[in-house]
Amino acid sequence: MPKGRILIAKPGLDGHDRGAKYVAHLLRDAGYEVIYTGIRRSPEEIVSAAIQEDVQLIGLSLLSGAHNFLFERVLSLLAQQGADDIMVIGGGTIPAKDVPRLQSLGVRAIFTPGTSADSILRTVSRLLEERSPGDGGGRDVTT
Amino acid sequence: MIPEHIKKAAKVWSEGSLKQATSRSPERSERFETASGQAVERLYLPEEDQVAGYVEKLGFPGEYPFTRGIHPTMYRGRLWTMRQYAGFSTAEESNRRYRYLLDQGSTGLSVAFDLPTQIGLDSDDERCVGEVGKVGVAIDTLDDIEKLFEGIPLDQVSTSMTINAPAAILLAMYIAVAEKRGVMREKLSGTIQNDVLKEYIARGSYIFPPQPSLRIVSDIFAFCSREVPRWNTISISGYHIREAGATAVQEVAFTLANAIAYIETALAAGLSIDQFAPRLTFFFAAHTDLFEEVAKFRAARRLYARFMKERFGAKDPRSMMLRFHTQTGGVTLTAQQPDNNVVRVTLQALAAVLGGTQSLHTNSKDEALALPTEEAVTVALRTQQIIAHESGVTNTVDPLGGSYFLEHLTDQIEEGAVRYIREIDDLGGVVKAIECGYIQREIEESAYAYGRSVEEKRRIVVGVNEFRSDAEPEIELFEVPEEVRARQVERLESVRKRRDKRAVIKALDELRQAANDPRTNLMPPILKAVHAYASIGEICGVLREVFGEYQEMRQ
Repeated sequence: MPKGRILIAKPGLDGHDRGAKYVAHLLRDAGYEVIYTGIRRSPEEIVSAAIQEDVQLIGLSLLSGAHNFLFERVLSLLAQQGADDIMVIGGGTIPAKDVPRLQSLGVRAIFTPGTSADSILRTVSRLLEERSPGDGGGRDVTT
Repeated sequence: MIPEHIKKAAKVWSEGSLKQATSRSPERSERFETASGQAVERLYLPEEDQVAGYVEKLGFPGEYPFTRGIHPTMYRGRLWTMRQYAGFSTAEESNRRYRYLLDQGSTGLSVAFDLPTQIGLDSDDERCVGEVGKVGVAIDTLDDIEKLFEGIPLDQVSTSMTINAPAAILLAMYIAVAEKRGVMREKLSGTIQNDVLKEYIARGSYIFPPQPSLRIVSDIFAFCSREVPRWNTISISGYHIREAGATAVQEVAFTLANAIAYIETALAAGLSIDQFAPRLTFFFAAHTDLFEEVAKFRAARRLYARFMKERFGAKDPRSMMLRFHTQTGGVTLTAQQPDNNVVRVTLQALAAVLGGTQSLHTNSKDEALALPTEEAVTVALRTQQIIAHESGVTNTVDPLGGSYFLEHLTDQIEEGAVRYIREIDDLGGVVKAIECGYIQREIEESAYAYGRSVEEKRRIVVGVNEFRSDAEPEIELFEVPEEVRARQVERLESVRKRRDKRAVIKALDELRQAANDPRTNLMPPILKAVHAYASIGEICGVLREVFGEYQEMRQ
């Protein structure tokens, strides 16, 4: 019985997916069902894949500096489509000063370079556990 | 083979001094290995082959098989080109950074383009929101390129452009701007990366499927051999393959496998090997494991020379020379304790120089998080200058040559790469190996294994999984403002208004016809379109119609 379904996604035009593939592999090994979108997906494609695949969590990976726009776009599309029960986390080269804004928009956790696998696994597991009805969910930043 | 008398003496040593030492204090580990996981023995001894086989395996610098370097005097004659990769926001701002770098002693330019430019989209395309000017400079039309190189003497400075799928267009723009300023194309020197195969493997900035992409590459080879003879028509890149997680051996193997595919395509198009091979160049990463990296460069040089001579029958020695640019390894930089990155970059740059690089980019300490600040870039450039002028390693050719360890590693990397290339040949060549996901899987496995070894602390990364600081001071990061896109879109609109619309339509029609006829070289119609101020998005749009777009295989 898998522990949960997760979509790892690469929004925008950035082709660097070492990190995305690594995290996907890590989560699979930890017992999650993981779908990886591949690179260069639009926010629309990502949200529709997330709904179609019935995931509980989307992990966005971005190294191009376009996170402010693209992460926000994914969140607002989820809300528009009534799918904001799907949680969003993110990772990549994201400067510390952008983190509070992304959190306030609703990104549950941001993993910046150097984050350990353990801390990613702990956060994901906690988020999925907290995702019981009536629970507002928690927010976390890990560096 | 180790000579008999040394073997005997070694046995005495191992039963005496060594045994005593290890019984008192055991070694730190049962197994020692390079950063790429190659086994490293306690001690390397001279082998008979190193003297008996010297001429065949190492030879002399500037001569086949070029193990010790491609030039007889190496850095005693001329230092490598100090070429810092840079570009951001708009053409004017990037132009200012280039002039700054040249003022500070850079000896060549290297242009970073933003992602929309790299995948052939105009800045006003809605897919580009958030990306314009971010990882490089935004270029839409010739107008931008004119501003990018304003005040830079194109007949004196060589320019490298990290551009792949739309390489033909950017090359055409460079030629066009030079000619408008009275610099003839045969005087131009520089490099386009133009290596689409590694985009499918590792970097992701592809547009068209492999076959038409290879045709464009081969059209560029043919055009430049006639018209722009000093231009390096491709920079076959291991760098991004390494960044994606490949080992040193895989970096050499997959890069040379890609080289084989480009060469075979050009030969099939009717070019002769010595007509285009002298203008092929390479691009590798330099990581921190010094000996492994130096060995890698030497192994790549020797192996390429052998391929060119034996597999492709090259006669011109310049066709057999592996000339390469090096960049220090971006993935080795840490966001934690960023000052430490200066030290990492120093070791990596030293490896590149000891390995005989022709040009070098040193990363800046803040690049784990953002594009570098001017201050950080200056330290990175100074690092090269200190190696060049203070370290003394430039005073002799191949200073580490003859090190028992280095020669052993050089052989080992060469053998490992040969095994991989044979496997790729068996799969039907590199395009097949990409299409079935073989190469991508091999790299991903290496990346995962490396990551696990850091997680499990079998490998120490200072400041990350050991020797951590409690408080990480926030450093000032370079930032590209979001308004850049609006400014760039405005400029593009103004160019569209000013230009002769009929000339654009005519040029694009001619390009469409040329694209539909595989016997027509694409460079002349692209040049014409560029001169008419057709945009990159418009030109790539025509080519997309004819060639289609590459779809990544789901893994």
